[in-house]
Amino acid sequence: MHLYDVPLLFALIGLVLYTVLAGADFGAGLWQLFAGRGPKSVRVRDHAHDSMAAVWEANHVWLIFVLTVVWTAYPGAFGSIASTLSIPLFIAAVGIIFRGGAYALRAGTSTPRELRAIDTVTAVASIITPFALGAAVGGIASGRVPVGNAAGHLASSWLNPTSILIGVLAVATAAYLAAVYLAADAVRLGKPDLERHFRARALGAGIVAGAIALGGLAVLHSDAHSLYHDLVEGAGRPALVVSILAGLTTLALVWRHGYEPARYSAAAAVAAIIAGWALAQKPIFLPGLTIEQAAAPDDTLITIVIAVICGAAILFPSLALLFRLVLGGRLDYAPAAVSSAGQGRSVLSASAPGVLARSAGACFVAGLGFLTAAEAGWTHALGIVSLFGFIILGFLAVAPSELARGDSEDQRVTKL
Amino acid sequence: MRCEAAFAMTAIASIVALAPVHQDYLLEARQMQALSFAVHIPLVCFGVAFPAMLMFVEWLYLRTGDELYRTLAKRWTKVMVALFAVGVITGTILSFEMGLLWPNFTATFGSVFGLGFAVEGFSFFVEAIFIGIYVYGWDRLSPRAHFASGIPIVISGFTGSLMVISVNAWMNHPSGFRLSGGQAVDVHPLAALFGNSYLWHELVHMYLAAYIVTGFLVAGAYAFGRLRGRWGRYERTALAIPLTVAALAAPVQVLVGDWNGREVARAQPTKLAAIEGLPGTTSGASLHLLGWYTDGEIKYGIAIPKLLSLLAFHDPNATVQGLEAVPADERPPVNIVRVAFQTMVGIGTLLALIGVAYLAVRVRRKRLPKSRWFYRALVIAGPLSVVALISGWVTTEVGRQPWVVYEVMRTSDAVTGAGGIPVGYATLALVYLGVGIAVAWVLRRLARVPLELPASPPHSPVGD
Repeated sequence: MHLYDVPLLFALIGLVLYTVLAGADFGAGLWQLFAGRGPKSVRVRDHAHDSMAAVWEANHVWLIFVLTVVWTAYPGAFGSIASTLSIPLFIAAVGIIFRGGAYALRAGTSTPRELRAIDTVTAVASIITPFALGAAVGGIASGRVPVGNAAGHLASSWLNPTSILIGVLAVATAAYLAAVYLAADAVRLGKPDLERHFRARALGAGIVAGAIALGGLAVLHSDAHSLYHDLVEGAGRPALVVSILAGLTTLALVWRHGYEPARYSAAAAVAAIIAGWALAQKPIFLPGLTIEQAAAPDDTLITIVIAVICGAAILFPSLALLFRLVLGGRLDYAPAAVSSAGQGRSVLSASAPGVLARSAGACFVAGLGFLTAAEAGWTHALGIVSLFGFIILGFLAVAPSELARGDSEDQRVTKL
Repeated sequence: MRCEAAFAMTAIASIVALAPVHQDYLLEARQMQALSFAVHIPLVCFGVAFPAMLMFVEWLYLRTGDELYRTLAKRWTKVMVALFAVGVITGTILSFEMGLLWPNFTATFGSVFGLGFAVEGFSFFVEAIFIGIYVYGWDRLSPRAHFASGIPIVISGFTGSLMVISVNAWMNHPSGFRLSGGQAVDVHPLAALFGNSYLWHELVHMYLAAYIVTGFLVAGAYAFGRLRGRWGRYERTALAIPLTVAALAAPVQVLVGDWNGREVARAQPTKLAAIEGLPGTTSGASLHLLGWYTDGEIKYGIAIPKLLSLLAFHDPNATVQGLEAVPADERPPVNIVRVAFQTMVGIGTLLALIGVAYLAVRVRRKRLPKSRWFYRALVIAGPLSVVALISGWVTTEVGRQPWVVYEVMRTSDAVTGAGGIPVGYATLALVYLGVGIAVAWVLRRLARVPLELPASPPHSPVGD
């Protein structure tokens, strides 16, 4: 592995995580669409929503991570991909607006009709977005994105057999992952009817996704032969085998109600497909452009690698916390302790408002002098610090919570 | 030996240099980008400033045990979540557009500025994760742990704006690279983004703007309620906290804005000339209020002699560079920049006056203002602050034209060669119209949920 490969590895890990996390989010939307009508359908849709609500934003940021790493480390390739594949990427972007917008809207719904309307919008977006993103990946994998500003064909680069295959596979995979996760959540929450509901769908979607993936090899054989060759007979082969094994394992686990391990094996099957694509295509990024040629200068690569590693050191513990909270229901806390929250202290026990107000005024005057009258960079820095001091001290001096305590009519509050 | 290596590097680099293409719809592409920013930036303000106000309310609850603060914090949490969700999607659109609309910009300079967005991505991540924890944890975490889970949201709001502004500052004042064969070489991303003298005034200006916009919008909502007779302690608290923040920040913004003006005068004289509408290089240049720039002069404006020189360079006789110092095709559209600037300054001044009036009533009468006119002004101040915010961005971004990277790359050389921009623009405009209606609908619905205040009297025994 070379330095110029490392950011791409990060981007692929990001893509795997986006697929298995946000993919399940899209899949949950799809199951909302097929929930049917009647009282059970409401429970199905609520379950699909509640399982994702706390985590969907974090799941979606993986896509932004992939985009930013690729445009920093492989700017020329990114520009070529984004311009040639502008249509599917735009469609995906609009789909993401609807998907996220529906989460914002659901908070305000009050009637079942409104709820169903919003869930339908969500669901349509949940099918379009993974399809469009999969189709874009298909355009890259089948070598239809040449280097250059919109140098490829705007339509056939993503409306071709390989793109359609990968787009459909992406939708099926999303449905499959979501069904497995939702069945696991149903067990955890003690909802046996929903467990049965999603178990059946997990098995069905798993078989469909597997059939599309295997049948798709025939499509690749005729449409993207070199990809097929490298995937089936070349470097991608081990990954393909892992993917098939993981897929079968997942089906067996779901059959036997072992949903928690099935979460991970399902994710592994998806990850292996992406790894297989990467291995099959290596070292070519785009036709005529190797990863080495596409890479940014070393300074940039080193900085981005360090930035990602530092970021990951913050990110993964935070993510672990979020998932532990959501999957575990709580973080080692007994709600009975609520009463200990209020200490009954007043807000401004120690500080004298008059002193605060005068200090705030002094800070403002100092800020005026340092920022406006003086010219040097260091005085400007001092000026900004003083002005922020003015805002903070001024806020404490005004004491808005005490001010609001007074009656709406003429009650006087803390003397300044 | 070194020569050969350098040559090999250039040869490799030149493979990925994307050639500029002709684009019939450059203006539409720019408008589409501008629309996306105009929708996203007010939401960013809420992402940056609202969590801090929310945390303050929660801190009040922790300190006093007064359930009123908990109720307020929980209701604000719902607003924060809805707006953050919309912010996530509009932000995702922006990152798509970097490639969809400006592939040559990203392809040429991604190695220089991309790091800023990558780190911003992590900030976004942390914000999204802890907002998830904060929201989900209201009844599942101990009060202290819950309060602690809000702190990363406030911090990542700051680091996120630092990163995005660092990229914008670089576009306005580029450094940290060298151009060779149309490709950036000798790239030093850290120096380019954070060693840039142009970063700090932009950052402070925007960060304060976030608090001002959020403060006036939230306070304006409760001011509207007061005009309709909703004025319990709950509403007064919900008004006073954001209003106090905005009232203090708005006068400071006047000073910071003046500092920004001086930095623009130093680094981007053409932008300053467009802001004033100054045709020729002039000593002791005057400043015109209002008016319209046409045929190389300002018609119907009120001239204040020597004020431009004084403000820009602290010297009434200083020489200010005019528009004619650069060729006509390197000048920004003057009236757009001028009108946007005057709008921003006018509104900013008004907001500062509202702030001073509030603080004066607080100091002299030791209560909240009583005049209905004050609350009517507050209702308008919220939307006006958003207008000022967008006007400020129009000033700096249109004022940068025709360059995407100031004096290095033209916007017309950055644009995509793909067709269909008008279709994309129309689609996005429609979708964003829908998003706007949806946000308004959700906020109204959230506001209508009946208050579940504790039965205790408005004067809580523990607090007094």
